[in-house]
Amino acid sequence: MKIVMEQKKDSKPLTKQSNIEKENKPVALNIKKLNIYYGDNHAVKDVSFSIEKNAVTALIGPSGCGKSTFLRSINRMNDLIPGARSTGGIIYEDVNLIGDDINVVALRKEIGMVFQKPNPFPKSIYNNITHALKFNGIRSKKKLDVIVEESLRKAALWDEVKDRLHESALSLSGGQQQRLCIARTLAMKPSILLLDEPASALDPISNAKIEDLIMELKKEYTIIIVTHNMHQASRISDKTAFFLNGVLVEFDQTDKIFTNPSKKDTEDYITGRFG
Amino acid sequence: MDNKTMTASQRLLKKSNKSLLQMELRGKSIVLISALIIITATISITIFLGTKGLQAFFNNGVSLYEFLTSTNWNPTNAESPAYGAVPFIVGSFAVTFLSALIAAPLGIGGAIFMTEIAPSWGKKILQPVIELLVGIPSVVYGFIGLSVLVPFLRDSVGGQGFSLLAGMIVLSIMILPTVTSIATDAMSSLPKGLRESSYAIGATRWQTIWRVLIPAAMPTLLTAVVLGMARAFGEALAVQMVIGNVRTLPSAITDPSATLTTIITLNMGHTTFGSVENNVLWSLALILLAMSFIFIILIRYLSSRRQF
Amino acid sequence: MNSKVTDRIATSIFYLIAATIVTVLVGLLGYIIFHGFSKLNLEFLTSPSSSFRAGGGIGNQLFNSFYILFLTMVFTVPLGLGGGIYMAEYARPGRLTNAIRTCIEVLASLPSIVIGMFGLLMFVNLTGWGYSILGGALALTVFNLPVMVRVCEDALRTVQRDQKEASLALGITHWHTIKTVLLPAAFPSILTGAILASGRVFGEAAALLFTAGLTTPTLDFSNWNPFDSTSPLNVFRPAETLAVHIWAVNTQGLIPDVREVADGSSAVLIISVLIFNLLARWIGSAVHKKITASK
Repeated sequence: MKIVMEQKKDSKPLTKQSNIEKENKPVALNIKKLNIYYGDNHAVKDVSFSIEKNAVTALIGPSGCGKSTFLRSINRMNDLIPGARSTGGIIYEDVNLIGDDINVVALRKEIGMVFQKPNPFPKSIYNNITHALKFNGIRSKKKLDVIVEESLRKAALWDEVKDRLHESALSLSGGQQQRLCIARTLAMKPSILLLDEPASALDPISNAKIEDLIMELKKEYTIIIVTHNMHQASRISDKTAFFLNGVLVEFDQTDKIFTNPSKKDTEDYITGRFG
Repeated sequence: MDNKTMTASQRLLKKSNKSLLQMELRGKSIVLISALIIITATISITIFLGTKGLQAFFNNGVSLYEFLTSTNWNPTNAESPAYGAVPFIVGSFAVTFLSALIAAPLGIGGAIFMTEIAPSWGKKILQPVIELLVGIPSVVYGFIGLSVLVPFLRDSVGGQGFSLLAGMIVLSIMILPTVTSIATDAMSSLPKGLRESSYAIGATRWQTIWRVLIPAAMPTLLTAVVLGMARAFGEALAVQMVIGNVRTLPSAITDPSATLTTIITLNMGHTTFGSVENNVLWSLALILLAMSFIFIILIRYLSSRRQF
Repeated sequence: MNSKVTDRIATSIFYLIAATIVTVLVGLLGYIIFHGFSKLNLEFLTSPSSSFRAGGGIGNQLFNSFYILFLTMVFTVPLGLGGGIYMAEYARPGRLTNAIRTCIEVLASLPSIVIGMFGLLMFVNLTGWGYSILGGALALTVFNLPVMVRVCEDALRTVQRDQKEASLALGITHWHTIKTVLLPAAFPSILTGAILASGRVFGEAAALLFTAGLTTPTLDFSNWNPFDSTSPLNVFRPAETLAVHIWAVNTQGLIPDVREVADGSSAVLIISVLIFNLLARWIGSAVHKKITASK
């Protein structure tokens, strides 16, 4: 709410915030009647809601409820799974992301993703970040240096690794590796970050660092996070979506979901009665 | 990045960003071409050997019936050439089955030893031994057969030493590692619970192996034996060096004999390409080709019955 | 019979089987190395062979074997990589994939003598090259290709899925991901597999009898012009390899010292294959260590 106007840095000219923006808060993604199937398995059923810009949206629900499937359909990682198909719409500015005409390579640069298990490349810290930059034609050492530092700073990792940029990324701790993965994604200058349980494989201290980082990052990015940790969702998210059996049961302000949910299933889940 | 002044449809739609997709397409085409070369090679081998192998029957008027039923092979006889391939077909099948008869129990036994009896040092010693045996070239097996086994058989069994028996022994040692390593995979991929539940009802180790593990692994164990047989059936030089290479049907295991591969090996070099004597050799090769298809079908059938 | 007794008898039979297998190998290796080792000297390894006199060496055969192996790998590695990448990364379940898989299976199960005959048809008669190194290398390519495709496919499939996802999620194309992430990670296993396959190619004889031939022209080892007929590098000359030589001296038996030459050649062949084996293990683990080490 407070943040909307400071977001000039994100620098999307207002002209292209097209007619989908009817609410007063800018919308990053507008999900319309989204259905996702894996073969005969109907994994996401008729889901519609909008995701706000520069806010953290948490997706919660028991395992297999479709929240990760939904997340992975936003940057089309589901394309890797043979037999996956979807109908409906994920409207991003003026395009439908699930369309066949989408160039998924360009899409994934704009909508970055960080996975549950830290997955740095077996290369140096520096090269982990430059890997994708070089692919995109940035060759100048100076430019690369600048982006590496900038991304590592944003991911709150710079001070810890600035003296060992050319050591293997595998020598980092799990939490550092995960922040490196975030830095690597930020280097692509995405507008949306998809986080798939980014802290669940980490110890509590690393977990806390990642949460602080997310709070920092939402000033600049739209963040969608899948989490199993109810406390985490309530601490860091602005909006929360509760999924059950592929259906979006409830979507609301996080405070509302955790203090006064309107659906019985939501209440049962957040109070730990199942899942 | 001036990228950001464009609309999402300009940035994200395929039609507006062709170069990346073209690179992707080029990569895919390169690997697809390799895959197509594999298909082309296989198809052309089948077609070339097929047409060449049938020439004897269609162009030279050799009788297919005679070829498959007569035991008289004498293509170089100017007056009445004879093209009966039965001695070689029988020889090939005989050495194959006999060598499998030795290699199967030894190989499966070795596999069981490694997985069930003494897994720790069984793996440490037997595994590298098997891997080294796989690596020994077949001419070396043939050479040792020729210089050790044949004289030994001559002295102990009698006759020339060159015999079906010698061929069978050389081949069984040659296919032993193939059988053992696949049988080992079969045994070690059995679920652990199978053993535990059998021991739990008081079965001894042998009872567990014989009544539970071997039946459960049977399809893969048979695959191991069939793969070994396929290798034995197609082996040329090792057998040729010890089997004696006569054109007559063997009447005992100690008789010299010949197989499809050995007769091809011996005569391919000194018959004129395109002559009848040469063309019938291609017909023999066609039998080899057909047999390797049959082995594949057998293996596919067995793997479809695999339980674990 | 008491089941305990049966169990004990069975166990001892299994021990007997294991002992038999080990004895056979130790016997084989011991025999070859014991008999062959005394013949191994620099002169035997470097001098040309003689077609009917005693005292010939295996210099040319050794060179031919390595040269044909080299050419075969030059043809097979790229093709095998291409096929392996296709099968591991692009093949979607369907008819084409099944067809390719069947073809690999057929190629792998073809007797090598049949491959040699195909080589005779294609690379000797149809091309008009006669017996040649190139023809032999191409026949061995057919022989080796299914192995290399499998090696590459398996190596790529064992690369952790999260590495691939990481690269794709950064907006890197599939092809570039294969080149820069998957292939480097699969490299140790591909290298190991390629060296083991080399050992197999090195010892192969049946596929070469009718493609590279049983003779070697007089070679001038100071002439390195690959287009000259006496140059060892000329790919259009016939070339008898070491494995073929062992077969040829034994079956043709024209030289009086067959046993000596065959003993020595077998020892060289076996030792080379052993070296390939050890090299594969050693390089495989060394490269693996280097890649995964936290430097």
